[in-house]
Amino acid sequence: MKRLVEGVPRRGLAILGALLALLLVFPTFASGYLLSIGFLILYFAYVGQAWNIMMGFAGQLSLGHSLYVGLGAYAAAALYFHFGLSPWLGLGASIGISAAAGAVIGFLAFRFGVAGVYFAILTIAFAEFARIGFDHFAWVHGSSGLFLPVANYAENDLWNLRGSPTMFYYLMLGLTVGAFVLCHVLLRSRMGYYWLAIRESPEAAQALGVNVFRYKMVAVMISAAMTSLAGVVFAFYYNNLFPEQIFHISRSIELILGPIIGGVGTLVGPLVGALLLTGLSAGLHEVMLQLGIDVPGIRQVFYGICLLLVVMFLPDGVWPPLAKKLRLRR
Amino acid sequence: MSLLELRGVSKSFRGLKAVSGASFEVAPGGIHALIGPNGAGKTTIFNLVAGVYAPDAGEILFDGRSIHGLRPDQVCAAGIGRTFQIVKPFAGLSALDNVVVGALHGFKDVSAAKKHAAEIMEKLGLGAKRDMLASSLTLPDRKRLEVARALATRPQLLLLDEVMAGLRPTECDQMVAVFRELNRAEGLTILLIEHVMRAVMALAQRIVVLHHGEVIARGTPDEVVRDPAVLESYLGEETEV
Repeated sequence: MKRLVEGVPRRGLAILGALLALLLVFPTFASGYLLSIGFLILYFAYVGQAWNIMMGFAGQLSLGHSLYVGLGAYAAAALYFHFGLSPWLGLGASIGISAAAGAVIGFLAFRFGVAGVYFAILTIAFAEFARIGFDHFAWVHGSSGLFLPVANYAENDLWNLRGSPTMFYYLMLGLTVGAFVLCHVLLRSRMGYYWLAIRESPEAAQALGVNVFRYKMVAVMISAAMTSLAGVVFAFYYNNLFPEQIFHISRSIELILGPIIGGVGTLVGPLVGALLLTGLSAGLHEVMLQLGIDVPGIRQVFYGICLLLVVMFLPDGVWPPLAKKLRLRR
Repeated sequence: MSLLELRGVSKSFRGLKAVSGASFEVAPGGIHALIGPNGAGKTTIFNLVAGVYAPDAGEILFDGRSIHGLRPDQVCAAGIGRTFQIVKPFAGLSALDNVVVGALHGFKDVSAAKKHAAEIMEKLGLGAKRDMLASSLTLPDRKRLEVARALATRPQLLLLDEVMAGLRPTECDQMVAVFRELNRAEGLTILLIEHVMRAVMALAQRIVVLHHGEVIARGTPDEVVRDPAVLESYLGEETEV
């Protein structure tokens, strides 16, 4: 525990502690709608963190992370649907399948020198394969969608993930905190240094004895496995899965907006990005509703404007300059 | 036995012979220089030794073992450290973290690696710049950083590719002193590519002269500067000596 916080500015710890306390008590005063926004913020903070391991740390751009969300969601949901297997057991399959898929993509790309934009295209291609493939995958009901049985539970059944939005909120909070701590530890580890080295210059990293292929593979597999857990929660929270939705490229794009706006490669960036994007877009929606204006697609326009502003004025994302302002960083 | 031995090593790029039938040896504990005009194939030889390319023909032995077909990271693990002529710093990391990446090769523990990295930076006169971003260092400092990173992997053989270029004479002499000290105290074997003759003459015990990919002369500095073939191809154009 002591090593964990070593070198972290005290002000930073205080802010994190306050944020965590706020998030912990949030469900006690939040309405159902606010709670669902809170869940979404945590969801995007979590998957953003997972994506950031691959792109922000190891420098490998994935535009197909919906693949891992979808595989994770389908694996656990199908096992529950067909065999009544608890998602806590099913998530083993989710992690295994997603990590394997990540390993296949990584192997193909890194063994044969597919890099940069071409790597990104490869990740899109695999997500699209899955989308089209799952449309015809009868065991999970293809394009007509997989529906988990919904019943009114008198109390939260944590073992089968059947219960109230509050339960899912805390579950997502646990995952987000876990991912945050994991990334913090990873960044300070030998592997973390190697990832950053690979991101900055693969040739120089290799000359310093770094097995670039191996460390890139590990980054992809950890990122995929983490992302798949978000898929599991997603499946049991929404209770319905459609290949057309969950594997769609727009989902992949949506989940990388948070870290890009917050700050790629930073620990806090995905959190800040998710908070800003999801929070503000929900606020915008609310304001529009109050004013009685209905503009379809306003959220996408809003995302676009946010992205444009950040790319133009804060190319490193919101967090790095903010951290400087808060004197948390040199 | 020699620490590094090249036997008839050749490498072509699309028909252009960059290195052809090059043979030379580097004795353990020695400081050797590889010189020659631009385009003579010096950096290609470094890249062949470092595992960036595999030779088309010939053999490269390190410590009596063939290192043919090894990847750069495996060559590093075998005990060869290298710097890049066109520096490749980890631009977004601090100078210290750049060196830590090298140090982590030998030290699995991050705090031990940091300590080792800081010592090496001190040795190379980079101590005051450890917290600066590598991208904000001056070119001479980036060259020093290249050396520090390579040294941090604790190599037996260090390949230096024009690390003196752009240094002022006094800075050059400091660097020479550092390499001499490393060579003397730790028995580090050094093979350097260098155009700055001031450094070559001060450091090298033996010199290999390359021209059009072929070794045209080798010997002690005194022998080499008197070699008519060398004078004609290379030193004849230089007035620094």
